[in-house]
Amino acid sequence: MTTVAVKPATMAQALTRALRDAMAADPTVHVMGEDVGTLGGVFRVTDGLAKEFGEDRCTDTPLAEAGILGTAVGMAMYGLRPVVEMQFDAFAYPAFEQLISHVSRMRNRTCGRMPLPITVRVPYGGGIGGVEHHSDSSEAYYMATPGLHVVAPATVADAYGLLRQAIASDDPVVFLEPKRLYWSKDSWNPEHPTDVEPIGRAVVRRSGRSATLITYGPSLPVCLEAAEAAQAEGWDLEVVDLRSLVPFDDETVCASVRRTGRAVVVHESTGFGGPGGEIATRVTERCFHHLEAPVLRVAGFDIPYPPPMLERHHLPGVDRILDAVARLQWEAEG
Amino acid sequence: MTVMEQRGAYRPSPPPAWQPRMDPAPLLPDAEPYRVLGTEAAAKADPELLRRLYAQLVRGRRYNTQATALTKQGRLAVYPSSTGQEACEVAAALALEERDWLFPSYRDTLAVVARGVDPVEALTLLRGDWHSGYDPHTHRVAPLSTPLATQLPHAVGLAHAARLKGDDVVALALVGDGGTSEGDFHEALNFAAVWQAPVVFLVQNNGFAISVPLAKQTAAPSLAHKAVGYGMPGRLVDGNDAAAVHEVLSDAVRHARAGGGPTLVEAVTYRIEAHTNADDATRYRGDAEVAAWRAHDPIELLERELTARGLLDEAGIEAARQDAEEMAADLRERMNRDPELDPMALFDHVYAETTAQLREQRALLRAELEAEQEQHGEQEGGAR
Repeated sequence: MTTVAVKPATMAQALTRALRDAMAADPTVHVMGEDVGTLGGVFRVTDGLAKEFGEDRCTDTPLAEAGILGTAVGMAMYGLRPVVEMQFDAFAYPAFEQLISHVSRMRNRTCGRMPLPITVRVPYGGGIGGVEHHSDSSEAYYMATPGLHVVAPATVADAYGLLRQAIASDDPVVFLEPKRLYWSKDSWNPEHPTDVEPIGRAVVRRSGRSATLITYGPSLPVCLEAAEAAQAEGWDLEVVDLRSLVPFDDETVCASVRRTGRAVVVHESTGFGGPGGEIATRVTERCFHHLEAPVLRVAGFDIPYPPPMLERHHLPGVDRILDAVARLQWEAEG
Repeated sequence: MTVMEQRGAYRPSPPPAWQPRMDPAPLLPDAEPYRVLGTEAAAKADPELLRRLYAQLVRGRRYNTQATALTKQGRLAVYPSSTGQEACEVAAALALEERDWLFPSYRDTLAVVARGVDPVEALTLLRGDWHSGYDPHTHRVAPLSTPLATQLPHAVGLAHAARLKGDDVVALALVGDGGTSEGDFHEALNFAAVWQAPVVFLVQNNGFAISVPLAKQTAAPSLAHKAVGYGMPGRLVDGNDAAAVHEVLSDAVRHARAGGGPTLVEAVTYRIEAHTNADDATRYRGDAEVAAWRAHDPIELLERELTARGLLDEAGIEAARQDAEEMAADLRERMNRDPELDPMALFDHVYAETTAQLREQRALLRAELEAEQEQHGEQEGGAR
């Protein structure tokens, strides 16, 4: 009997391994983007791929995001599975037209005759001290575009498993990599690396009875920390990790909220017009009679992403989450 | 006096790594658009090819008038006519081998049809019954692209992928003069040249981007000159000379297929009709200009050449007209049938696997349709 080697690994390492395994398993998988080759990506996620698979399979492209994604469309039309890197969240904006006008709707436009299996890797979110345009949370834009899957891993195991699923998917997937979790270590079993729930399924990361924290990506560790801290107040919080924003797992989320009767949505993105508004509404529509209090949102402020020296005031932290949970109790009494 | 001001005291050396990448001269377009018809070059043209081009031009013109008529009957939501540009359209399709790919923009229905796509399926987008009516893989024609120049990087990517797979496939991408101002035009040309992708870009410079003339679109000496900045050859051709467009495109396709990389071809032509049936061209251009271009009609240019050389007679002209008329009659007849649309198909092709949310919405629409049908049945029952 072999021993199961569960060992610590970083999210970046798991992502690299996922790309390497996907490329080894399927010769049609091509990695492309600015700096992904010789440099191995600015976060080293594509480290070693060009050396191992050649520059035709892991390609340093000209610096042009619309061109990167636009040429990936043509490559996918010819039967390849491009995995493109957008380097930083706000750098993806020049590629929006390709994403919205073509990538997301080619399947629909052609009545299913021309699916585009493209994975768009977007290192996203704040908390790394990045200057302007290096910390945006743009998931609401992607969520609002039918035809795209929007996935955001929060654990090392999910980073590997979800990226493999995204690359294998016949649909385009926007794969949001929480930058500040790149170096977070987690115990991970590289011998059974794909052992995670599928895209579209949420997972209860912590069971509790008092209220549900609904979150994803970089806010998951913050929510888990808040749940531990809440115990001191006598609150037993459940934490649901969405993992995928599209498709959305109403079932798991609503089952949790029906159990607890209270819910807070937590994310870094702005609150107004942000993902939390959609999630809170979905929960309210489906769980109204089970709710003891309105569904609250703890989000970033409705401001352009702040400069790094001020970002800690913007990002939802443990205290802000606990304050919201306290308001849920108050709402219940009032 | 400072050191900088002392004559000869400071001799700056050139930047250490600079050297010219290549000699730009061979990339530069000719001063005049290349022409074949009415010149000595015409003698070298293959008579059979000229006859094929002629037949397709006549069909193309008739297709344009028929489709425009269908907009007046409400059978087409909109039609951007390519009357005057038929030579570019037809040559684009005929310059390609079967295994090659065509990337058209919304005005390029004729090229799509000349490539073998069913004329009715080519109009699906403009008719409004679905976004694209044909299977892109069948004739290797990408869907008609409505956003400007966004199909150009697709052509580059496809050509690049084909070469990676070892297939000698060429992609030909069509774009208008307005489209050359878009960022995707730049990015596509740059990627194509860096990757040496087997792709050909054909700019149909028809003078106007809706109402904006070329002079307000670009300050370049010609659109073909833009190629030089990317490191690919630029070629300038008379876009109303079907033989010349075909020759230049065929050369570019051969060059790409042989591994020579991309070419940018600018075909100088003119949009005789308005931008679409919804546009009023008299607001931005004068009759004299249109009349001058009418006198440079692509069909007449070729007809004169063919008849002068005894390759076409009245009977041949009549036969081409007859063939075009039959195509138009068939198009008219089939377009006048109401398309059968299934509203439930709205949900079928959003994702490979329908999501739970879309299944719910599907059920909602089905219930609405059933209620509608029931109500309709009751009304009919009452009327009886």
